[in-house]
Amino acid sequence: MTQSIAVEAAHVIKAFGHGDTAVRALDDVSVQIRTGEFFTLLGPSGCGKTTLLRLIAGFEMPSGGTILLEGADITTLPPNKRPVNTVFQSYALFPHLTVAQNIAFGLQMLGKPKAEVSATTAKMLALVKLEPMANRKTSQLSGGQQQRVALARALAPAPKVLLLDEPLSALDLKLRKEMQIELKRLQTETGITFIFVTHDQEEALTMSDRIGVMSAGKLQQVGTPKEIYNHPVNRFVASFIGETNFLPAIRDGDLYRLDCGIKIAAPPAQADRVTLTVRPEQVRLVMETDADAIPAKIANLVYFGTDTHCHLTLPDGTEVVARLQSPPTGDAGLAIGQSVGVRFVPEAVQVLED
Amino acid sequence: MSPAEQAQVTQSARNGWLLSAPALVLLTFAAIGPLAIVVAYSVMPPGDFGNVTWGFTLDAWQGILFTKDIFDGTLAWADANLTIFWRSVKLSMLTTIFAFLVGFPTAWFIATRPPKSRALWLFLITIPFWTNLLIRTFAINEIIRREGLLNTILLKLHLIAQPLEMIYTDTAVFIGMTYVYLPLMVLPLFASLDRFDMRLLEAAYDLYATPWQVLRKVIMPIVKPGIIAGSILVFVPSLGAYVTPRLLGGGKNMMIGNFIELQFGQGRNWPLGAAMSVTLLVIVTAALLVYVRYANRETTHGQ
Amino acid sequence: MASKGFVLSRLPGFNSLALGVFLALYLPIFMLVIYSFNVGKSVSTWEGFSLQWYAVAWANDQVKDATIRSLYLALSAAVISTFVATLAALGTTRRRAFKGQTFIYVMINQPLMVPEIVSAVALLIFFAMIKQVTGYQGMAYLIGAHAAFCIPFAYLPIRARLEGMDLTLETAAGDLYASTWQTFRFVTLPLLVPGIFAGMMLAFVTSLDDVVITVFIKSAGQDTLPTYMLGQIRRQVTGEINAISTVLLALTVVLLTLFVLLTRKKD
Repeated sequence: MTQSIAVEAAHVIKAFGHGDTAVRALDDVSVQIRTGEFFTLLGPSGCGKTTLLRLIAGFEMPSGGTILLEGADITTLPPNKRPVNTVFQSYALFPHLTVAQNIAFGLQMLGKPKAEVSATTAKMLALVKLEPMANRKTSQLSGGQQQRVALARALAPAPKVLLLDEPLSALDLKLRKEMQIELKRLQTETGITFIFVTHDQEEALTMSDRIGVMSAGKLQQVGTPKEIYNHPVNRFVASFIGETNFLPAIRDGDLYRLDCGIKIAAPPAQADRVTLTVRPEQVRLVMETDADAIPAKIANLVYFGTDTHCHLTLPDGTEVVARLQSPPTGDAGLAIGQSVGVRFVPEAVQVLED
Repeated sequence: MSPAEQAQVTQSARNGWLLSAPALVLLTFAAIGPLAIVVAYSVMPPGDFGNVTWGFTLDAWQGILFTKDIFDGTLAWADANLTIFWRSVKLSMLTTIFAFLVGFPTAWFIATRPPKSRALWLFLITIPFWTNLLIRTFAINEIIRREGLLNTILLKLHLIAQPLEMIYTDTAVFIGMTYVYLPLMVLPLFASLDRFDMRLLEAAYDLYATPWQVLRKVIMPIVKPGIIAGSILVFVPSLGAYVTPRLLGGGKNMMIGNFIELQFGQGRNWPLGAAMSVTLLVIVTAALLVYVRYANRETTHGQ
Repeated sequence: MASKGFVLSRLPGFNSLALGVFLALYLPIFMLVIYSFNVGKSVSTWEGFSLQWYAVAWANDQVKDATIRSLYLALSAAVISTFVATLAALGTTRRRAFKGQTFIYVMINQPLMVPEIVSAVALLIFFAMIKQVTGYQGMAYLIGAHAAFCIPFAYLPIRARLEGMDLTLETAAGDLYASTWQTFRFVTLPLLVPGIFAGMMLAFVTSLDDVVITVFIKSAGQDTLPTYMLGQIRRQVTGEINAISTVLLALTVVLLTLFVLLTRKKD
């Protein structure tokens, strides 16, 4: 079944500066975000994710390309004419208004009748569990509470799309994890399309229906968390999400030959020189003498509690990290300098051609 | 830039002008426009009872520096005028220098107070600044005149036999102007010192510098922008001072401001007054431009 | 870390000099205030406590007239200049720098850069011309001139307040469907109000204190408090001047304190 598209960016360009010194914050970005999905724009700072969000919100206009909302061209519409609301990174709560007045603001600007405004405000306060704070000034609230007010304020006018600009970055770890679950629940309950911006890849993986990975103004890959994690299309995505091992190899028939001579099976590719990628948790330690085992020496062992990272060196000098689940006693029975065999789970090896 | 972006930028600029318009209109009619008329008046001949008559002449400009003999038309230096210029420049410079010597320790004192009381000290310095100029000058008058406080005390203590004639002298004007303009020197100095990293002092002291050396080699260079700002803020108004020399200098010790006023009163030489005003304005603007250029140069040197 | 001033405090007399300066600044003013309560006419010999000079000033019709005119003038000038300065501040801040912005900035601060005597002369000439043509002798000249030179004093605190405001708040308002006018009315203005009042205080004080420009452009019988005092000082000095000065001083201190409180507020 084809899903309807809530927001579409078509060949969007945003440039700052003029002429030769012009910088493209967004360089021909096209993406479609489906109605009712939790979509995350993920990337390092400066990649353009916030710029794209601001273009969708209407705070800035693109230098080229169009923005569509449910099929309608909203590229030049001012923000107060777009049924889209934003949760700002700094919350931007109005300091001279109470919590309730903040939440009611959007509805009041739209000219909704008083009865509707109070009813919706009450509903929002209940939704974010802030009823006792209704008449407090926002400066009296904690960071987490302010964040929830910002959320309620943006949801109150029932927008078609909710934009969230790194809303959890100012919260401490425990609170952040709680809010992640909270946000996901809200999105599922209300069914509103969420576009979430973050640089935290773990956050993106846990909360999103789909992720758009961005770097240097370009969209690198769009897909579900599993697709992005297990089938990264280029080196950037592979290294930005989770940890990855990179192994240079040369195509040899159906197989790929590593620098140390061992041949590995991997999906077919066009190029002759490729880079194989495999996640640390898909690296297995076996006896050196096992068939197909790649010989390696243990260079370092790092204990993480839940797992142990084993840093290995292959004969040709390539470094490989293996993630081993810690045994009950905590001691994996390995020692630095020990010679072992390394094997990769066959389906887990990916090929990058860049 | 897309046309839509461009339109936004143009609209923003247009709004900027529109919003500033009322202020600009008011200023044009009640501040700047009249200045242009002054220039025009400076090249017109004086009327019989003040004001001007139609015509063009450079007599007024000539009259700033020269007097023309009525009979044979020869030009001679206008001694009286030159004395007034010299007095004005001399007093302004003395005031500025003394204000600095006295104002610097004061600014330093305020900057080194604990943060809580610093605001209070600042407030104490600003009150005199906002107090009516007339009141402050009058207060000085009350102290230094013949039957004033200072003389009364000195006489009572038998330190002098006769009251000192301090009023209506250049010294009186000097004292008055220093008193009036001192806060204007302290405030920019304080602003500069406030941003000064005191740990530099500790470092210098650690390297065997004496307090005087620290003052000369570490503090002064960094505080220079504040010194320049304070100097301009004192020199400029004191050069054009009117009330203070009038009250404390009497009719004889005129400064440029009094000279100008005279032309619009008894002197009945409006063009001369106008020409003198333009000259004063030019000097002041030149000083300001020097400051602005110096300040810009300093900041681009990586402050 | 050692206290800030420890090095220079070792210089003999540095701090005492500073304290001496504060004393010297306030002594003449204190003298003035104290002698306003003096019984006798003399301002240098104390003869006893009395409020007579205040009574004299209060009963003096000229003083009353000048006071009312001063307050009326200061209020009108403050209101006009603050209104105009607020608009100008909104027009010159927080937008992309546009061509001519520096020009506007210079124009607005022009009264601060021109010596008062020059402005006074310019206005005298200009208004004399208008008087000749229209014959109008009323307060409009004074109000207009005062409003003009008060503009920078109102402008600077308002501008400072605007620049300190979080720009995201207005973006958020727009995001929540507020029109430009609604954003201004419900977000910008409420947060700007302390700055506007601060500007008005400064403008009021500046107008109240003005001597030079007022004395040059006033018509006969249009005395303000400072011009009345100037006239009196040149003619005959009595304790009345001290009394008026003290009252003016008190008013200035009150307004300044209000100003500091308004600009201290951290939202």
